[in-house]
Amino acid sequence: MRADNDLVPTPSQTVGPFFKIELTTDDHCVRCIADPQARGERMWITFRVLDGDGVPLNDAMLEIWQADSNGKYNHPDDPQQKQVDSGWIGFGRLGTGEDGSCVLETIKPGRVPNGTLQAPHLTVAVFARGMLKQLYTRVYFAGDAANDNDPILHLIAPDRRGTLMAQPDRAHPGHWSFDVRLQGDRETVFFDV
Amino acid sequence: MDSVTTRVPVKPYIRLPKGSQPPSLYEPYHTTLKRAPLKPLIVVPHTLSETTGPIFGHEKVGEKDNDLTCQHAGEPIGERIIVSGRVLDSNGRPVPNALIEIWQTNSAGRYKHIGDQHPAPLDPNFSGAGRTITDEQGAYQFITIKPGAYPWFNHYNAWRPAHIHFSIFGTAFISRLVTQMYFPGDPLFEYDPIFQSIPDEKARQRLISKFDLETTRSQWAKGFKFDIVLRGPEAIPFES
Ligand SMILES: [Fe+3]
Repeated sequence: MRADNDLVPTPSQTVGPFFKIELTTDDHCVRCIADPQARGERMWITFRVLDGDGVPLNDAMLEIWQADSNGKYNHPDDPQQKQVDSGWIGFGRLGTGEDGSCVLETIKPGRVPNGTLQAPHLTVAVFARGMLKQLYTRVYFAGDAANDNDPILHLIAPDRRGTLMAQPDRAHPGHWSFDVRLQGDRETVFFDV
Repeated sequence: MDSVTTRVPVKPYIRLPKGSQPPSLYEPYHTTLKRAPLKPLIVVPHTLSETTGPIFGHEKVGEKDNDLTCQHAGEPIGERIIVSGRVLDSNGRPVPNALIEIWQTNSAGRYKHIGDQHPAPLDPNFSGAGRTITDEQGAYQFITIKPGAYPWFNHYNAWRPAHIHFSIFGTAFISRLVTQMYFPGDPLFEYDPIFQSIPDEKARQRLISKFDLETTRSQWAKGFKFDIVLRGPEAIPFES
């Protein structure tokens, strides 16, 4: 018999400053999460991670998980009766550079059902030195009509929802930006999952 | 068609028990002060976005990637060790095909990383990074050398206890775990705010590997056991 305590999830510890030697080497980064033949609207999202003083983090890691353009996850526990796009990877992993930024190439996700259909979104886990455990957030798309009825956005006070909206770069179609603010007036909404 | 109701079965995962995980803000670890959210987190129900997650194939892992002592022409200097264990979910079921990645210092306590410039030698025969995939029983094994303690700038005379960083992907995006494995009897535990950040004493102790005579190989390497538990679904689904 196993003592109950043995089945409590193992505690998290920080990734520390040196994770680059394994997690974000050129081989182990995933900067593009859709093969060239993947269907849908291709986009590039520039992420920045900032601390409570607005200083960019050059030692953060982002992991991204998202559904394909049809709202289907590349995973056996997604019970929807449809095939995942053959060009779809769905998982991304990036380290921030000296300016605190990194660029993800992807396809705009479709709507994932959950009672009602959720608005298109990416799920993001943030890791860094000085973070004892990862933080979860979501990227939605500013101006998407589906945002108005998204069940998760509805759990958030209206004046904070904007922190989860990627903003389009009007001069460069397909390019979006998203700031992760760990603290401060415009602190990003993080989720207790 | 926005108002269409689309029911899909989602199996919610357990919530993390209080005290078993460190808080985001832990003052003695100074870097958390500006990197921890101060507004309350929003509790969300689990949707497919939380309960699914990446699955890695063996294509990402080379046959020798779990042996950190044979990545170069010569053998690394230090105490050879075998670190092994199992990955289970919170229902006690093995987690097969889980990607485990590790990184660590060499035996002198130095990382092969541009940011680590403290005066300890690099070892040309040791890079300090490895990966493997758990087998059908959730078991894994690494061969490596025992890492050294190293100094950092958190407070006066701060030294990290010897540790190996572990990164594990479970069955869902929210069962993702990054942690550190420690070695039994380290005198630095009581001074280390990263280790001490875990409120529950029993939970903290579970990050300390155990010396294991069974996996120790005579005349060759000491064995250490480190089992890992990841969040699993709330209830075991009925299996016919
Ligand atoms: Fe370390």
